[in-house]
Amino acid sequence: MFNYILRRFLYAFPLLLGVNILTFVLFFIVNSPDDMARMQLGQKHVTEQAVENWKQQRGYHLPLLINQGVAGVNKIKETIFYQKSLRLFAFDFGISDSGRNIGADIQQRMWPSLAVALPSLVVGLLVNISVALMMVLFRQSYLEFSTIVLCVIIMSISSLFYIIGGQFIVGKLLMLVPISGYDTGLNAYKFLILPVLISVVSGVGAGARWYRTLFLEEIEQDYVRTARAKGLTETQVLFKHVLKNAMIPILTGVVVVLPLLFMGSLITESFFSIPGLGSYTIDAINSQDFAIVRAMVFLGSVLYIIGLLLTDISYTLVDPRVRLS
Amino acid sequence: MTSIFKSLFFILSYLSLSACNEQVLNSPYPASSKENQAVLYSSFSERPRHLDPAKSYSSNEYAFIGQIYEPPFQYHFLKRPYELEPLTAAKMPEVIYLDSSERVLAKDVATDKIAYSDYIIEIKPQIKFQPHPALAKNKQDEYLYHQLSEIQMADITLLSDFTQTGTRELTAADFVHQIKRLVHPQISSPIAELMKQYIVGLGGYGLSIKDKPRTALKDTAISGVEVLDKYRYKIRVKGKYPQFIYWLAMPFFAPMPWEADAFYSQQVLIDKNITLDWQPLGTGPYMLEENNPNLRMVMLKNPNYHDAFYPLEGEPGDKDKGLLNDAGKQLPFIDKAVYKLEKENIPYWNKFLQGYYDASGVASDSFDQAVQFTGDGELGLTQAMQDKGIQLQTAVTSSISFVGFNMLDAVVGGDSERARKLRRAISIAIDYEEYISIFMNGRGVAAQGVIPPEIFGFSSGEQGINPYVYEWDGNKAQRKPLADALQLMAEAGYANGIDKNTSEALILYLDTAASGPDERARLNWFRKQFAKLGIQIVIRATDYNRFQQKMLNGNAQIFMWGWNADYPDPENFFFLLYGANAKVLHGGENAVNYQNKEFDRLYKLMSNMENSPERLGITQRMLEILRYDAPWVFGVHPKSVSLYHGWYHNLKPNLMANNKLKYLRIDPQQRKIMRQQWNKPILWPIILIIGLIVVLVLPAVRSFQHRAQETIK
Repeated sequence: MFNYILRRFLYAFPLLLGVNILTFVLFFIVNSPDDMARMQLGQKHVTEQAVENWKQQRGYHLPLLINQGVAGVNKIKETIFYQKSLRLFAFDFGISDSGRNIGADIQQRMWPSLAVALPSLVVGLLVNISVALMMVLFRQSYLEFSTIVLCVIIMSISSLFYIIGGQFIVGKLLMLVPISGYDTGLNAYKFLILPVLISVVSGVGAGARWYRTLFLEEIEQDYVRTARAKGLTETQVLFKHVLKNAMIPILTGVVVVLPLLFMGSLITESFFSIPGLGSYTIDAINSQDFAIVRAMVFLGSVLYIIGLLLTDISYTLVDPRVRLS
Repeated sequence: MTSIFKSLFFILSYLSLSACNEQVLNSPYPASSKENQAVLYSSFSERPRHLDPAKSYSSNEYAFIGQIYEPPFQYHFLKRPYELEPLTAAKMPEVIYLDSSERVLAKDVATDKIAYSDYIIEIKPQIKFQPHPALAKNKQDEYLYHQLSEIQMADITLLSDFTQTGTRELTAADFVHQIKRLVHPQISSPIAELMKQYIVGLGGYGLSIKDKPRTALKDTAISGVEVLDKYRYKIRVKGKYPQFIYWLAMPFFAPMPWEADAFYSQQVLIDKNITLDWQPLGTGPYMLEENNPNLRMVMLKNPNYHDAFYPLEGEPGDKDKGLLNDAGKQLPFIDKAVYKLEKENIPYWNKFLQGYYDASGVASDSFDQAVQFTGDGELGLTQAMQDKGIQLQTAVTSSISFVGFNMLDAVVGGDSERARKLRRAISIAIDYEEYISIFMNGRGVAAQGVIPPEIFGFSSGEQGINPYVYEWDGNKAQRKPLADALQLMAEAGYANGIDKNTSEALILYLDTAASGPDERARLNWFRKQFAKLGIQIVIRATDYNRFQQKMLNGNAQIFMWGWNADYPDPENFFFLLYGANAKVLHGGENAVNYQNKEFDRLYKLMSNMENSPERLGITQRMLEILRYDAPWVFGVHPKSVSLYHGWYHNLKPNLMANNKLKYLRIDPQQRKIMRQQWNKPILWPIILIIGLIVVLVLPAVRSFQHRAQETIK
């Protein structure tokens, strides 16, 4: 397994380099260093000299990918790409174009993202599995039918509607929780109730139907028939046998998203004023802060690769038949 | 089953008990033991980029640093027209004019004789900086934190983690230090290049410190800015520049102790985002207690704040409005100001209605809910807002949005009568009254020239109208009929929008940086305005960067842009049309590249004059030239509309002052009562939903149990 993991890490390098180059090229197709300077310097009294000074101070006066003005290896080294993007491989995110330490910002902002994403995932998982099990348990009854209809309705509505509707009904009309906001430490709990509730409700339609499918697939298996034949009750069959076997795809599906929980949710964070990493990225795009965009794309890629690796490893843990080689 | 009912009972009991409690459930603030503390609750939608007074140049940043840093002068809170008064300065500056041999000239000497103007500024003694670790010293009089080690920094993540703070008296050297900072390349001040044109020696100073750290500023002298003694300093300005006094009322010229640069230049602090750009050090009424621009920013009353008092006089009518009730009282009134990050309008508005924010603007979504037009066309509050005791405040902003014609363009530009008539026809056709009604909910005033209301040179009534676009109907300005515009088009050789030389339809190009989906309706409206004249308009929407590049290269024909005043002087608007500021030729702010010798001559004359009837006369002549030539379609002066709760006092619009917080007063007791009244939780829908779930599930459970107990028959 060690060799497998090592190989996967080595594969990751060219992948991350590719992502890095792609982000770099895409960003600079849309924005020139002059644009970035103007964005940072504001809209008034910005002279060409001020733009040049800004670029010089931050190293954006260099050519993008190849410096024809110098010789040898400096052709590559004295470029914006080399000086700005390659340091990421050492997880040195550097300073943002507005002058803040990106690493420190990421450390600060990942916790609010996680505070919303983790309970949403755990509670959502429990609710989805419970609803799916209920549908399977009461299959072919009015309860299953009405729950499926409800799930389809829930799936058909935009997540934005749940956010605005949730804020309006729970926060404004019923006045049970704050409409939006965030606080540090334990004071955060009352701000998390509504976003987590909305995340769970908006996801229950698709989630419960997906798990129901998994459970129904299992329930037709021979071992279930055997379990019933030896006299187990329907609940015993469902909870002791079906649930256990259906957990393999559920678990692997969850493991892959675990590292990405740090990256946050753009819409939820924006509407609830949660200072997480989702809003960090979009703010950086809006302010043309390339340093942050590049860092966040890199971080996202690394976390996704880790997620896929963890999924592979989790297969071997939950299914003894799978071996990594 | 019993356990389920027990749990339900527990949840409902908790909710019921919570509801009975005085503490509301939806408060976004932690319960405080200091209930009677006067705390202002406000918000910011975009995190401030800079809090360094040398860098900061936008209103959302001034909302903070305006309360923390104190330049030498400030705008009087109540008097109109806007009037400057000393803030950290002891009196208004003494201005000495000098010739090229540095001989002192008389006050009334001709402007062209003046080579330099010396501004001698005397500051008040006994002003102290806020408590700050940069100023902390040990018993040996050495700075405690100017050479921090990694070990010292181990437990420090925030500025507040430093255990010791210190202060010292403000001196003239601190003002000089800040002027030096304006040109340090690491700081990138937006006004560096502008100020180099005015302050003697600043350009050369910038070059001399180019490769030096910020800590070297203290010991590097600058020729045009000089410390005269502990409380006096001198700034030498090239020529005569009366508007310089307005710059001295902006945070760019607020004092900065050299210790701030010495402290914040340490890499160990920069690595933890503890920088001067984020952690200010000033003498103002407030200091930044918490700076988490991702969440909230909290300002506390500065315990070292010097004596400052609420104004004793204002303009007529202020006393009747209660604006002088606090006259002569010690400032500031508010103990703490909490600004929370709030990106979306809807939650912000709802929290304002719940009493969790003390003030709010009015977004389009909530306009009808909040504001209505009264019988005489004025804005008023709806009944629902009046019932809540909310106060409305409106003010025409000192800004203008306009449609500009590139005067270098062969079709719409130039000094020909043909082009002038075409521009005037378009000026009549673009119906800004309709625009204000449709897209701004009536929150704007159609512009008659470049100068907004409340700025010297603005005239109201019949004498203030643009006679080429409006007529006076005895009561108000009335846009000229479209027939007049069509007539002008015919005279220009474009009858019905057909170019008589080519016999083809006239096609013009409108450049704009408004490219979002929300802008489509607005751009379509503009298309229709041109279509009234038979002109086909091609809209070239792009992002702001591309737009700026086009303007710089002169590649736009017609475009939309705007300007917000730096200071209340007509020069700050006329310079947008001054020939030497032409964007293509000189990279200046004259985006239409307008050149008119007489206008330029008058500009030079008026920009060196103090406000006087003579200056007013020149201003009127300049306005007439602009109206005649029509390089702009004078668009709109937007109107700001703000709502304030009843517990908010001393409200008066002041669009120039950045330091209004110290004058404001909050009644926390009234707010507490109203919040409790407005936020009583409603629980019955929760009980109903739980009941419905039980009713839905119970028969299915019973049926399942029944089925499970069935035996094969």
